[in-house]
Amino acid sequence: MNLRRHIVVSVLGLLVSSGALAGVLPEDRSDILYHLYEGGGVRIDGPSVLMRKQVGNSLSFVGNYYVDMISSASIDVITTASPYKEERTQWSLGMDYLRGNTTISIGYTTSEESDFDANTYSISVSQDMFGDLTTLTLTYALGDDVVGRSDDPTFERDVDRQLYGVGVTQILTRNLISTLNFEVITDEGFLNNPYRSVRYADPNVPRGFSFEPELYPNTRTTTAIGLRMKYFLPWRAALEGEYRYFEDTWDIKSHTAKLGYTHPIGPFVLHAKYRYHDQTGAHFYSDLFPRSQATNFRGRDKELSEMTSQTVGFSASYEFLSDPDSWGFLKRGTVNFSYDILTVDYHEFSDISAGQPLGMEPLYDLEADIIQIFFSFWY
Amino acid sequence: MKAIGRILLVLTLLAGTAGCSNFEPWVKPYERDRLADPIMALDMDPVSSAYIMHVYEAREGARGGEGAAGGGCGCN
Repeated sequence: MNLRRHIVVSVLGLLVSSGALAGVLPEDRSDILYHLYEGGGVRIDGPSVLMRKQVGNSLSFVGNYYVDMISSASIDVITTASPYKEERTQWSLGMDYLRGNTTISIGYTTSEESDFDANTYSISVSQDMFGDLTTLTLTYALGDDVVGRSDDPTFERDVDRQLYGVGVTQILTRNLISTLNFEVITDEGFLNNPYRSVRYADPNVPRGFSFEPELYPNTRTTTAIGLRMKYFLPWRAALEGEYRYFEDTWDIKSHTAKLGYTHPIGPFVLHAKYRYHDQTGAHFYSDLFPRSQATNFRGRDKELSEMTSQTVGFSASYEFLSDPDSWGFLKRGTVNFSYDILTVDYHEFSDISAGQPLGMEPLYDLEADIIQIFFSFWY
Repeated sequence: MKAIGRILLVLTLLAGTAGCSNFEPWVKPYERDRLADPIMALDMDPVSSAYIMHVYEAREGARGGEGAAGGGCGCN
């Protein structure tokens, strides 16, 4: 369930942003990627294959096949359930239509696993303005999800999601480009994890606490505004900075900042980045409730708790195929390697797996390795 | 939600009138060679950035507002 509630946003990153160059269609390219996330007792890996092809002068089609193979013995799982394995498969299809300075993009994504189905429909319109210095993009997406339980085939709950986005990309100088994005997402339906439990103080048991199912509000509205700038340095390198402010109706507020540097050397392109994220917790989150059913809503999802996460990343790309030596219809090819280290410090989520006495448990933290290896071809 | 609707309406009207102006861009098309360099792409590898965005969204309470949605450099 951790991986599922956000599908609508990351999918749009693939389908909508790729069609956002309003006056020109995206390049024809294919990517074959292997991804691996390992940390906190969780291992997730799988392929992602993307193919984009222009048809005629005004249409471009894109397809993506993505798999998460999950093997989880996370802190949540080992304290209240049993380790499990599962697989999530996701298909995305999109089309961009270019007319003058306007691009209209539509997309559809479907995601399936044993106890969760998600469908997302999206449309966006991009318009180049003011001598092509400004690109305005309006986005709308609709998500229609069904939550199930692997141990109860009769359990079925709906979640409806809607996303409204406005983006403005602005050329500021001949070396500097910026983009400002504003997104509002609404969720309505069964928003909690059907398996996860909250912890409450229970003097009737030796360890001093017991568990009961979590219960979230049925609605959530999130608002995010992000500013990103990229600057071309005199020695042919790029420096980028990004900041995002986020808040929602569950009282989570966050600040996220990112700094990146890209440096080409011959056929190589090297990239380094640092990302910092800090958030407050949801109003119904508690590491330990004072008693059973202490509040109307209750959750102990560590992703909704007060936390700080940091990422240090490095990637290298090698161009092994370029225009003069192209292979038939393949004009250009690169092989890419990316390695990120993600650390998360939870400020209000105790590690109860060590069996320390109540109130003496250390706070939980995790470190994860994120690896991507992929080939890209342009044709 | 009414406020969002008004913002969208204003932006749509703005986009609709943009083609009627005789605006002189302060960065001319022939001055955009650096912005057209592949290293200046706002989303150099969509398949990779979509994946990493998915990783963050699954592990943090925040979502949206990041990424490259919104644009290109008009370097056609």
